[in-house]
Amino acid sequence: MSIVFPSRTEILATADIDRAIKRISHEIVERNTELSHVVIVGMQTGGTWIAERLAKGVQQIEPSSSVPLGAVDISMYRDDFSLRPIVLSAPTDIPFDLTEKTVVLVDDVLFTGRTVRAALEALNDHGRPRAVQLAVMVDRGHRELPIRPDYVGKNIPTHFSDEISVGPDGVFVTVVEKGQA
Amino acid sequence: MSATKSIVIRGATVVNPDAVFEADVRVVGALIDAVGDALEGDIVLDGKGCYVSSGFVDLHTHLREPGKEEAETIESGSRAAALGGYTAVVAMPNTDPAQDNVATVRFVREQGIKANLCEVMPSGCITVGRLGAELVSYAGLADEGVTLFTDDGTGVQDEDTMKRALVSARLANVTLAQHCEVSSMTNGAVMHDGACCSSLGVPGWPSLAEEQMVQRDIDLVRATGAKMHFLHLSTQGSVQMVRQAKAEGLPITAEVTPHHLSLLDELLTSFDPIFKVNPPLRTAADIAALKAGVLDGTIDAIATDHAPHAGHTKEQPLDQAPPGMLGLETALAVVNTSMKLDARKIVELMSWNPARIAGLDARHGRAVAVGEPANLCVWNTADVWEVSREGLASKSKNTPYHGMNVRGRVRHTLFNGQIVVNEGKATR
Amino acid sequence: MNHLLSTHDLSIDEIVQLLELADHMAEINSRAVPKVPALRGKTIASVFFEDSTRTRLSFETAAKRLSAEVMTFSASTSSVNKGESLRDTIETLTAMGVHAFVVRHKSSGVPKQITQWTNAAVVNAGDGWHQHPTQAMLDAYTITRNFGDKESMAGRTIAIVGDIKHSRVARSNVDVFTRMGANVVLVAPDALLPSSIEGWNVSTASSIDEVVGHVDVLYMLRMQRERMDESLVISLKEYTDLYALTEERAARLAPHALLMHPGPINRGVEMQVDPSEVPGSRILQQVANGISVRMAVLFSLLGGEISPAATLGGEA
Repeated sequence: MSIVFPSRTEILATADIDRAIKRISHEIVERNTELSHVVIVGMQTGGTWIAERLAKGVQQIEPSSSVPLGAVDISMYRDDFSLRPIVLSAPTDIPFDLTEKTVVLVDDVLFTGRTVRAALEALNDHGRPRAVQLAVMVDRGHRELPIRPDYVGKNIPTHFSDEISVGPDGVFVTVVEKGQA
Repeated sequence: MSATKSIVIRGATVVNPDAVFEADVRVVGALIDAVGDALEGDIVLDGKGCYVSSGFVDLHTHLREPGKEEAETIESGSRAAALGGYTAVVAMPNTDPAQDNVATVRFVREQGIKANLCEVMPSGCITVGRLGAELVSYAGLADEGVTLFTDDGTGVQDEDTMKRALVSARLANVTLAQHCEVSSMTNGAVMHDGACCSSLGVPGWPSLAEEQMVQRDIDLVRATGAKMHFLHLSTQGSVQMVRQAKAEGLPITAEVTPHHLSLLDELLTSFDPIFKVNPPLRTAADIAALKAGVLDGTIDAIATDHAPHAGHTKEQPLDQAPPGMLGLETALAVVNTSMKLDARKIVELMSWNPARIAGLDARHGRAVAVGEPANLCVWNTADVWEVSREGLASKSKNTPYHGMNVRGRVRHTLFNGQIVVNEGKATR
Repeated sequence: MNHLLSTHDLSIDEIVQLLELADHMAEINSRAVPKVPALRGKTIASVFFEDSTRTRLSFETAAKRLSAEVMTFSASTSSVNKGESLRDTIETLTAMGVHAFVVRHKSSGVPKQITQWTNAAVVNAGDGWHQHPTQAMLDAYTITRNFGDKESMAGRTIAIVGDIKHSRVARSNVDVFTRMGANVVLVAPDALLPSSIEGWNVSTASSIDEVVGHVDVLYMLRMQRERMDESLVISLKEYTDLYALTEERAARLAPHALLMHPGPINRGVEMQVDPSEVPGSRILQQVANGISVRMAVLFSLLGGEISPAATLGGEA
């Protein structure tokens, strides 16, 4: 049997990510006329840095506004404990009530939608938001639940077994050959 | 009746007090008929690679009948004894009713005769009901053939009672056997009082509780001139005291169990009541001292303290479970695995000396010679086997050696000239 | 981790990880609705053969906040009184579909024994004088979070005062504190020290006055009056003279020093000062932390494997 090494391909470079964040920040401002009701909540741990950058981006566009920033940990809300290990991230940090707010929920990658489902449940324990909007850097498809993003950095068609890594330094896809995953 | 068939044990090494030599042994009826080369017989037992010696004698067996037949009966215990190579066992008196009266003593002896697997020699109690107060009539039970008296399970706590017991025992020419334990020091005790015990957080069983009574009894033997046997010594201090007392010429004998030669207190970290025993498993230093005592003759005998307990009683919390472990079927192998002893020493510790201490030496613990009673055991020190509690003949399963590999095995046992164990299997 | 029977079963890494998980639980507990669905569908039996209202409530609260079903078994109202054996009790409850047992028993070792009769996880909620691992975890949590050092308590001096010999709390805490790098001093009369502290890696002192001025944590144990009946201590007065925390002694605690106690407090015996008047007292904080730590323990036993290594990449 021949050994196949996974290939790692850059999909977005640092500059692409910066542009995407700037664009999404504009979209958030355009879509939410009452900016004072908007809060941004990043999902631990992959979504938090994006949430921070989005909050800054919104502030740059509307210097008078100050969008509260939070982080949500969904480990206690997952429905697949038996399927994969829990990654210990930082705890939830939402030091404000979400009732009647519009929450922009931020994650790095949207895939099956299960993490977002868990996050929606987690948000509910911090009040009843007026609306939740979803922002992701990458939508890679393969949804298993009726969830769709409101803001997308980039749509990237992938194989189910591919691995995607997202960071400030770029987005990379690693193709994992069948039998190797 | 048909003519008695002769039995030949072929190719084994005879172990006698004065010589160890290869020879065939022929048994006819209840006696040894011939010892020599190339003997023929009706039944041939393979003795190749084995020793043949007088059958083992256990000074310390709990048969549980009458009273706790769910744990063991005299028949099941006798079978376990035969499989362990024993042709005689001293039945401990902590039955219910206790063996402090003629009727119970007779019952035990007769059940042994009925089982007909080994000689069951009842011991008597030192005090009525083993309560430590009123003395039993030693002369009365001596008439029934009882030679050894003990309150085993507890020691006689009161000094004056013990002193009077020794005086009476001397007059009746019987031996008292003490379970050395100052009970006020072992209240609720679970295991040896040492580092492991402190770390596990259970009440400790100090060495001193044994040693204080050993010392007291040595002093009382000196004062009374009576014979005394120390049961299941477990501490280095005890061994040293007995060594000195013997050097002084006092009429003292002592035994040690296979488990005190082989198992450490640390086994209790499992909290498994299977390892709870009285006296408790001790430390490596104690084991070393006991072994030294065995080698230099301070310890006269290996005795099993075979203590069957029904399964559910050992499923209780450690502090509530009864102490005690099985021993008859594993004694030879455990001793042989734990320390390097030559065959002659093994027979001395397991047959000749205990037979003499129990006053059984007219029938047991004798030389393998023409005209001697055919109470014999054929065994080796080489076979490695895994102890399995399911494979034991005892009604109970509380062996601490389950799953362990041991070396040395009993192959055949002859009791009164009858094959009771053949190729490691009980014949009835 | 299949069971939590003793602190000795946990490596330092595992302890640190459990305490980090407790941070998550503390956040949940700070919410208006302190409940998450993490253990939905799991059944936890709290099996207390020995009464302990506070430990039982702490575990049951922890279980409920994780949305587990709680089955309460108390020996005083059960068939144990009718002679049912330990094994039968556990096998019966197991047959009812229990995922974890939380066990308290007056005999050392019972939680460990129970593991042979069930395939459910077993958590030791205190056995005899042996171990009380969740107490040690919640104490370690309280100390590290107060001193702001998550990884260790290296170099801290912790005095544990009182009946060490009969204390499962002492045995668990000594193990965890020393392995996390603290200097532990046992303060007790000889009769209340275990006969051997070989391998405990602690020092000893014979009165509270010797240590009170320079400890980082003063950990008072409950002094049971029964011990005086057993004449292990000559008199209450003798004991309190040397080992009780008085107002005067409390005043000598360093400003940063913490006062801790596993509860319930014996006012007038080991505590002759009102703890609410000692600024360093963290006794109620211990109780609150107990829920977070027990949630962490239950979650790590029943919530699936926990991977310490954070990996980027979002959803798998």
